[in-house]
Amino acid sequence: MKIRIFPVSIIFLFIVIFIVFLKGLKNPNIYKPKTDVKKNIPLLNFELFESNKKINSNEIFVDDEFYLMNIWSSWCAPCRDEHVFLIKLSKEKNLKLVGLNYKDNFINAKNFLDELNNPYEIIITDKDGLVAIEWGAYGVPETFLIHKKKIIKKIIGPLNIDLVLEIKELVK
Amino acid sequence: MRFVNLFFVIFFIFSLKVSFAQEGNLKNKITKNLRCLICQGQSVYDSDSEFANSVKILVDKKLNEGFSEKEIYVFLKERYGEWILYDPEFSKITYFLWLLPIILFLIGGAIILKIFNIRKN
Amino acid sequence: MASLIGYYSLIVGGFLSFFIIIFSVKNFKSSETLDNRIIFFSFLQLLLVFISFLGLIISFINSDFSNETVFNHSHTTKPLLYKIAGTWGNHEGSLLLWLLVLTLFIFLFILKSKKQPTKYVILTLLFQQIIIVGFFIFILKTSSPFNYIFPVPKEGLGLNPILQDPALAIHPPILYLGYVGSSIIFSSTLSAVTLNYITKKWASHIKQWVLISWIFLTLGILLGSIWAYYELGWGGFWFWDPVENVSLMPWLALTTLIHCILVLEKRSFLTSWVVILSISTFTLSMSGTFLVRSGILNSVHTFANDPERGLYILLFLFSLIFLSLFIFFFFHKQNENFKISLSFLSKETFILINNWFMMYFLSVVLIGTIYPIFLEVILSEKISVGPPFYHKLIVPFLIPFLFFMTIGPKLKWMKSDLSKKINLIVFFIISLLVASLIVKNLKIEFLLNTILITFSFYLFFVTLSDFVSKKYKNLPQNIAHFGFSLFIISILFNNIFTTEIITNLKVGEKFESENYKIKFENLYQKDKKNFKSIIGKFKIENSQGDVEIMEPELRIYNQPNISTSEADIRTNLLSDKFITMNIVQNQEYFNIRYQTKPFMMWIWLSVLLITISGFVSFFKKKYEN
Repeated sequence: MKIRIFPVSIIFLFIVIFIVFLKGLKNPNIYKPKTDVKKNIPLLNFELFESNKKINSNEIFVDDEFYLMNIWSSWCAPCRDEHVFLIKLSKEKNLKLVGLNYKDNFINAKNFLDELNNPYEIIITDKDGLVAIEWGAYGVPETFLIHKKKIIKKIIGPLNIDLVLEIKELVK
Repeated sequence: MRFVNLFFVIFFIFSLKVSFAQEGNLKNKITKNLRCLICQGQSVYDSDSEFANSVKILVDKKLNEGFSEKEIYVFLKERYGEWILYDPEFSKITYFLWLLPIILFLIGGAIILKIFNIRKN
Repeated sequence: MASLIGYYSLIVGGFLSFFIIIFSVKNFKSSETLDNRIIFFSFLQLLLVFISFLGLIISFINSDFSNETVFNHSHTTKPLLYKIAGTWGNHEGSLLLWLLVLTLFIFLFILKSKKQPTKYVILTLLFQQIIIVGFFIFILKTSSPFNYIFPVPKEGLGLNPILQDPALAIHPPILYLGYVGSSIIFSSTLSAVTLNYITKKWASHIKQWVLISWIFLTLGILLGSIWAYYELGWGGFWFWDPVENVSLMPWLALTTLIHCILVLEKRSFLTSWVVILSISTFTLSMSGTFLVRSGILNSVHTFANDPERGLYILLFLFSLIFLSLFIFFFFHKQNENFKISLSFLSKETFILINNWFMMYFLSVVLIGTIYPIFLEVILSEKISVGPPFYHKLIVPFLIPFLFFMTIGPKLKWMKSDLSKKINLIVFFIISLLVASLIVKNLKIEFLLNTILITFSFYLFFVTLSDFVSKKYKNLPQNIAHFGFSLFIISILFNNIFTTEIITNLKVGEKFESENYKIKFENLYQKDKKNFKSIIGKFKIENSQGDVEIMEPELRIYNQPNISTSEADIRTNLLSDKFITMNIVQNQEYFNIRYQTKPFMMWIWLSVLLITISGFVSFFKKKYEN
């Protein structure tokens, strides 16, 4: 009997490996961060876009409202593409848009908004990308839906029509 | 042979403590251990992407604020998950990762001793 | 037109397998001599696959965009070299190359094995045909390089610019010769096991094939590393990226095999072990292909991923694994029931120790590479396993490994005596002194470095003195071990003495530190056929007053529209200077990274030396026979 244990356990081992690989194939192969975790928003002081005044996260994200924080930059091409959707969302009643201007230069950013209209109620700046890291963001564009000081949805990459409808549904 | 085995085990435990990143300063060591999340298989240290540059600034800033290496990892782990660390911590999900090669090494030694009768001269 | 010929010769080539298998089975049952029709059809199959491959190359050269593969990976403005290299720079074309190597190796095997038993040769051919048929089906069903598009596009999508590099143009064919070449080891081992032909004679015959695969694999990995160093632009050459690990694993298995096959050849034991290693080498190559092509791993090198392809390779891979397990457990007769006595100070024991360590290194790489997959599937946790993991687990074990590597070749088979070898002790003391002198003057962690450098110098001095005094028993072995010591020393020194400056500069600005002055002189633009480049001119002055002008580039390729950063590298025997520049978003500043990297050249040279040792061994063996 002793001789048999070895082959059987080896074959069993390979079967396990096979099953794991098979299951692994079905997983999405590109790393997708968890986007539906309810995390608290970071407590920070932000610098405002138009002036050098500081503002606290608690002052921006007041309890009962829904907020959509969008990270954007004038040099980012997908931001330009998603801008129409932001304009659309800015017309939503119980949703306030917050812009986080990422590693941008003031004049370019201002021109960008003058050209495409400004959907944001308030804009804060992030000169060196540190604020974005506090939020756990990867880059531009990225969008967070915030309610009761919690991140209820996180969108990495540009918005599209489906996401806009989903956000509208969520804030109703 | 048993003595040789023991020597390696002790040696190994000892070497884990003296970590192997002697190159340069702490900042480089930390950024080499961070994955640039928007790149393909590059560390933050190696990458010049926007994300990596920001993380480099962040590490610098945190070190100046007196954060320890571990605290910086914890800070980033909270935001980006375990995925950002290249050097997986020794925890219950990584026991096997760290120990399995060592266990296999010991088993290998045992098999050699079992099959062969190795005499001293 | 070329595509069409390519496509049909591929199909006909596939059908030939059917005839080869029928003739082989008949031949295996009846006759004692090899049927000439088998040789002829194997040659015909090779020829057809070659024509098919040529057809694809011609389609690439002519930029025939009616071919989907060409459309996806080429462009009219690309230089000719990269049009040709584009043939194997993609999933479909590279698989065709695989097939070409598979058919090439089996044909050569048949020609070169006239002295071997006929049944053994035929059975090897049959096992190889299983693999070949598997690949024919795989290519024709899921990854045909000859798909037709209508209407014909005017322009192709282009090749990823980071693949447009001379080293990378020849890297895949060389690597595949090693990677796929190991298939012949796999087939012939299975055949030998089935026929109970694992003997001394077989060992010396298969050793040549092991050496061929090993030489090409080593060379292929070297080219890949050189490419990474030049092209990826951050001055590293090995990143413990899954795709690199996947090529390292068969290399480790092959290197182990080269050592233990010696024991089989001389003392005819370790048969089971040789069989297991031979089978694992090709299995590891195939697993590597699976891991890379299925996209199950996150890695630098990405091929277009398609779950159907992944599934097919997985099924095929595990059929081969279970086939070989079956043959191994069913046919392999262990003649090692009694305990073999070995003297501790003997070549056999030290080869065993070598195998023991090599298997440990292999298990570290294997576990580090696939553990994240297991964790994700079983616990849905996502972790990264990167360079620090491998360094921590491998580096400490290198120390005893280097020591055994120094002593081992000094020993004789059966039993030997080391007591009189005073010079071994003298060399050790010298190495220790040199190492502590070097380490003492540096601000680095003392103990580990001293020990590591001591042992690498020890190997270095001992092998070097053997060269000089011509005391080596085995020239290729001495070259290989000497090369390895040089390799470890170069990497250590490269690691310890690398200096780096990272700064942001704009045109006209100057950076000054203790040792260097870097001046950003100007910026100019150049237009090439397939890219535009922005070139920065930097004047670098070191503390001795030597001035060097370096010009890193930013390239913006037209098709696909990707920008890359091209390092400017000045190489000399002692040290490399390496400079890159990158855009800082929305500012007039550029991010400059200037590195001096000592002994870079020696890392490449030492690996080349190791490869040469393989050549020497290969031709020496032929000469002796």
